[in-house]
Amino acid sequence: MATRVLDQQRVHAPAAHGEKTGVLSWLTTVDHKRIGILYGATAFFFFLMGGVEALLLRIQLGAPNNTFLSAERYNELFTMHGTTMIFLAIMPLSAMFFNYMIPLLIGARDVAFPRLNAFSYWVFLLGGLFLNVSWLFGAAPDQGWFGYANLTSKQFSPGPNVDFWMLGLQILGIASLAAAVNFFVTVINLRAPGMNLMRMPMFVWMSFITQVLLLLAFPVITVALILLMFDRFFGTHFFVPSGGGDPILWQHLFWIFGHPEVYILILPAFGIISEVLPVFSRKPLFGYAAMVFSGVFIAFLGFGVWSHHMFSTGMGPIADTFFALTTMLIAVPTGVKIFNWIGTMWGGSLQFRTPMYFAVGFIAMFIIGGLSGVMHASPPADLQQTDTYFVVAHFHYVLFGGSIFGLTAGAYYWWPKMFGRMLDERLGKLHFWLMLIGFNLTFFPMHFVGLNGMPRRVYTYPEGLGFETLNQIETAGSFVLGLAFVVFLYNIFQSWRKPANAPADPWNGATLEWSIPSPPQEFNFPEIPVVHGRDAHWEAKRGRTTPLPEPARVSGAGIHLPNPSYWPLITAIGLTAVFTALMVLGHTGSHVWAVVAAVLLLFFGVFRWAFEPAG
Amino acid sequence: MLFRTVAPRSLRSASALGLLAVVLVACSPEHYPQTTLLPRGDFAQIADHLLDTTVKWALLVFVLVEGVLVYSIFRFRGKPGDPEPQQTHGNTTVEIIWTVIPALILAAIAVPTVKAIFQTSSSPGKGSLLVEVVGHQWWWEFRYPEFNLTTANELHVPVGRTVSLRMGSGDVIHSFWVPQFAAKRDVFANRETRLWFKAEVTGEYPGQCAEFCGVQHGRMAYRIRAQTPEEFSAWVAHMQSLKAQPASTARGDSGVKTASQGATVQQSNQGAAPSQGAAPSQGADYATGEKLFTAKGCVACHALYAVNAPKGMVGPNLANVGARSYIAAGTLKNTDENLSHWIRDPQGVKKGVLMPNLGLTATEAQALVAFLRAHK
Repeated sequence: MATRVLDQQRVHAPAAHGEKTGVLSWLTTVDHKRIGILYGATAFFFFLMGGVEALLLRIQLGAPNNTFLSAERYNELFTMHGTTMIFLAIMPLSAMFFNYMIPLLIGARDVAFPRLNAFSYWVFLLGGLFLNVSWLFGAAPDQGWFGYANLTSKQFSPGPNVDFWMLGLQILGIASLAAAVNFFVTVINLRAPGMNLMRMPMFVWMSFITQVLLLLAFPVITVALILLMFDRFFGTHFFVPSGGGDPILWQHLFWIFGHPEVYILILPAFGIISEVLPVFSRKPLFGYAAMVFSGVFIAFLGFGVWSHHMFSTGMGPIADTFFALTTMLIAVPTGVKIFNWIGTMWGGSLQFRTPMYFAVGFIAMFIIGGLSGVMHASPPADLQQTDTYFVVAHFHYVLFGGSIFGLTAGAYYWWPKMFGRMLDERLGKLHFWLMLIGFNLTFFPMHFVGLNGMPRRVYTYPEGLGFETLNQIETAGSFVLGLAFVVFLYNIFQSWRKPANAPADPWNGATLEWSIPSPPQEFNFPEIPVVHGRDAHWEAKRGRTTPLPEPARVSGAGIHLPNPSYWPLITAIGLTAVFTALMVLGHTGSHVWAVVAAVLLLFFGVFRWAFEPAG
Repeated sequence: MLFRTVAPRSLRSASALGLLAVVLVACSPEHYPQTTLLPRGDFAQIADHLLDTTVKWALLVFVLVEGVLVYSIFRFRGKPGDPEPQQTHGNTTVEIIWTVIPALILAAIAVPTVKAIFQTSSSPGKGSLLVEVVGHQWWWEFRYPEFNLTTANELHVPVGRTVSLRMGSGDVIHSFWVPQFAAKRDVFANRETRLWFKAEVTGEYPGQCAEFCGVQHGRMAYRIRAQTPEEFSAWVAHMQSLKAQPASTARGDSGVKTASQGATVQQSNQGAAPSQGAAPSQGADYATGEKLFTAKGCVACHALYAVNAPKGMVGPNLANVGARSYIAAGTLKNTDENLSHWIRDPQGVKKGVLMPNLGLTATEAQALVAFLRAHK
């Protein structure tokens, strides 16, 4: 295996690095940049799908007693909207940036385990397909993304809907865990010489913390899902009250995963914003150390607040008090981050290019989400707000106003680096304004409609409760939001028809990725850079009277890179086959041979992977 | 742009005013019968006070922080040729200040929060009216042990007396929500949860299930009627005067607990006669309806008497169904036409409910409606 670990030094052996093309090269790639693009394209597709699901939900809620969607279809759509946006859109969109940017930002040639990286992607893709294949069977998950027991028990959900969700999430969890191990090791081991931890770009820091959260949170949901699988397939009663089980146990397990998951979704966006703001303020990040430690503190506290999702279960005053106070405490490091971002802008020379629009939009919207979060940190007040549209408003301000604005800032910021093409500034700004207006039209009224008594997850509402007007505004807003992404798609499309002539450093960037051509060559850095401080690329440019010359594309002869491999894909197929066979077994009680065959395929993939000759 | 060139100025300002009016109306709680913002009971007021406190602080922080952000956007806007700004890396004093100030604000919220947590978790005290609440897919059962009464989907409470709710579920998790007087509390099949409130204003208000509980979660509403003590006593007396439980089915409280075990209920209720006792003089439809109620099997899941009715029957208690404002847990207004529609096609009105389509003819439905309407 030693030869699989990337050489950080030039190896003087002849090997040319011509760009390989063709479908086969993508199926077998272990290049972190290509895997990043695969993650991005797949996740963006799922994002659009989740968006269309949301639009259908909004049409249904546009009028009282609407029959546009049946109750069953509505429940499937809201379940899949949440599940898709969390597991198939925001997480893998973040993974796109982990993949593409972390090695570039730390001055490495690839991730620590390139084939494991490919495996993560294929498992993610197949897991996403597994979840969505349920639509073809007319049995999409319909129990909510939180899958509260005992509604998920065989008795109350006899169909395969819950099974698609339960097993699909299990598959996706494996992808996330494998990726988390990979990036954790990458950040620890593959940083360029001189880049000590406190010199790492903030995106790398926040991504690193995210990997720790993934490593600690996902095992919990894995266990919960296994217990649920035993309940549903093999007749156990972990969560079934009539058999002595406890549905509350599910809630604890789910939210011990679920709350850190919120930070898994937002911390990468924090990181992106912390890269974009300094570059477009032409000023280093304000309070670097405070930013690092507040991130660590948020992640740590994130494991001590889960029961604030459960105040309405009646846990008693001591537990309520504990979880209320820890939840409020999280507002302090979060506030520190917001103030430091504004501090970064303060006194700067702000360059309002498209990434900066989205970054500032992120701060403005995230403040609102943070403040409404403090409102339901207070249990007696939360007892009115929980399970209403107020909460829907809150977490969309965090996950859309926060994560999606942040990820979009990252997309505009790193697009030229990833594809060698500039996105259009005018279209980018149109995208921003449509998104900002559409977002607020859709979600701001939800605060009021929620406090005024509209519960979540209802497929319709009667006349006479007063919900009509605000829901109409929200539905109209959601289409403006949809239009914003049509503009984005058009922007991508038009950039494709133009020559790939983006400079290496279009924004006067601060970090190492801007020191190499756009897009980078397969080996990233002809020579591994030596880092002498934070903002390494700014340091390299400081004191020069003329701009740095465009970095030349070099042959890269002699740079050792890992070989392409089929085995990650085969292993991922084997793994998904195991879960598919379990599904068949769970529903027919027979076809054990399918499980055996799938396990054999999985072992075959792993075996060949392990003994693949290093070439 | 098109709007600007085509519309005259007066029209534009009028429509702007109109839009403003729509927004104001849309946001004022008076227009929302289910609002949490006009608390009419003690528990809800505690929640509302806390909301007021946090909203005030949140608005202050919002205005200050967004204000500084917007100021920075305009004040520090740079041009491409500008010299490099001063490269500051941080400022310890400032950073300590903006860590401490939010902590103090949070403390100002935390103190009343903890106080309110213990207030709302306290026991309702002696002399409170005990009501048992059982959530079912998808309707609410209410029982008054003090009066030996059972009813469904309409909770009657007296103003001025604390109501103590002890709650459970017949199947999955639901959440009982009384937005006007209290708040929410989840109900479970394997544990009892509690909530209390004292209504202070009379009136009829809507409420509904707040925890996703399956296909028809959106149609699991109920009405709460807060009455003067006299009205409430009269209602209790009236309910107790309704036809008594037939002796042949007297089972006390030993009834089956969950709707999921409905099969058992159905068996044990086989042969139960419909209501007996002092039926007022009724027409032929009533008599036919009475027979149909047994013949079509309605009686297997529904009780027609409020006193000593078994707990956890599969379907809602119908002792006073004729007087309720809604049927099918808030799905339809309780008109003869709707009632007929509902009993003829429950799966069309509310797909997934346990009530099967019985294949009633229009005449049969008419008779059953007459029979049910008389139960009030």
